[in-house]
Amino acid sequence: MTPEPHFTGDLAAVPTHAFGHRSLTWWGVIAYMAIEGAFFVLAAAAYFFLMNQEASWAPGRIRPPELLAGTLFTLVMLASEIPNSIVKKAAESHRLRTVQVGLLVVAAFGLVLLALRAFEFGSLNVRWTDNPYGSVLWMLLVLHTVHVSTDWVDTLVLTALMFTPQMHEPRRLVDTSENSLYWRFVWLTWLPLYLLIYWLPRWSP
Amino acid sequence: MLIGGAVFPLLGALTYWYPKITGRMMSEGLGKITFLLVFVGFHTTFFPMHITGMAGMPRRVYTYAPGLGWDTLNLISTVGAFTIALAVLLFLVNAARSLKRGRRAGDNPWDAASLEWATGSPPPPYNFPHVPVVSSRTPLWTERERLPVLTGLRVDDRETLLTTVVEAMPDVREPSPEPSVWPLLSALAVTILFVASIFTPWAIVWGSIPVTIALILWFWPRKLEPRPEPVIE
Repeated sequence: MTPEPHFTGDLAAVPTHAFGHRSLTWWGVIAYMAIEGAFFVLAAAAYFFLMNQEASWAPGRIRPPELLAGTLFTLVMLASEIPNSIVKKAAESHRLRTVQVGLLVVAAFGLVLLALRAFEFGSLNVRWTDNPYGSVLWMLLVLHTVHVSTDWVDTLVLTALMFTPQMHEPRRLVDTSENSLYWRFVWLTWLPLYLLIYWLPRWSP
Repeated sequence: MLIGGAVFPLLGALTYWYPKITGRMMSEGLGKITFLLVFVGFHTTFFPMHITGMAGMPRRVYTYAPGLGWDTLNLISTVGAFTIALAVLLFLVNAARSLKRGRRAGDNPWDAASLEWATGSPPPPYNFPHVPVVSSRTPLWTERERLPVLTGLRVDDRETLLTTVVEAMPDVREPSPEPSVWPLLSALAVTILFVASIFTPWAIVWGSIPVTIALILWFWPRKLEPRPEPVIE
């Protein structure tokens, strides 16, 4: 009944890791971006829905958020793509030393960003309990902060792995490369959020 | 709609894969009686409803005043519904009885073409001792005598084969994880976070700490020293 096995090939030479779309991690990160991207779109839709219900935006006598912390955050975030790209390239060409140093730099950027983010919460000029406007501003900012801190923790874990000699298998370099890909998603999604949080309350009547 | 579109295929699929799941065949005689009962019962139930509907009866009401011209038609539908119930009961009896007394199925009792019929019934937990090679949409009809397989995955460690997306050519040998308690603990930590967040927003902040720890320990590689792959000369 059972057909006899008939050996037609050998997989021993097939590699145990690959970068980009050949890696399962890449597919996981892409799927995650799709899910989280949908979250951001829904949150933005809620923002515009609430904006349409108000006579003015920001409503009443609330001053729009102060620009300093958010703008600094945006600039530092854009600058972080430089070490991020270096780490990604270095991981894909197995340059461990560059990856180690690069990850430390990226982690330092993350720390600065989280500190700036704390000031952003303080400069919104509104509490999430005050009104729908405050509520949606906090929601956008919290949602994005979750992504920044997730990637930061992920970067710390990868840094620890890269400095543990037994751990730098090539597969961990794949993880590092995909972590850099995810960071691009985090800063790209911030750009429209920055406009929604800081500039639309200034521009709209 | 649901009976014809979902329950018929469900009964069919259960009959089809029953031998693969249990290693035994369901009784064909009982199966034919079940089919007749369910087929006749289905039409007896639902065809009169076309007419009751045109006679003005709304859907999904369980009672109505007598003398509206719906009585006989509904009686026929009721008879049909009980016939279906009898058929399903018979199906369950057949399934339960065949578990012990059914004929041994063998690997491929239907001479089916797809790959699940190339392994044992019921299949071993690892499905195949070697990765099968598929070169057509009907692999077991294309290669009747022998099952083409690949060798070369690790035998001392869990490993599975990834292929290219479109051509399905072997591409990467992907290590698969060992059994681990951390997925369960992560799920529990996430549950606690969300349930607690109903009561206080701070649960999101403090609850994220156990979630983070569980996720990191889940991700953390187990083996400190990767063993070299064994080579058979």
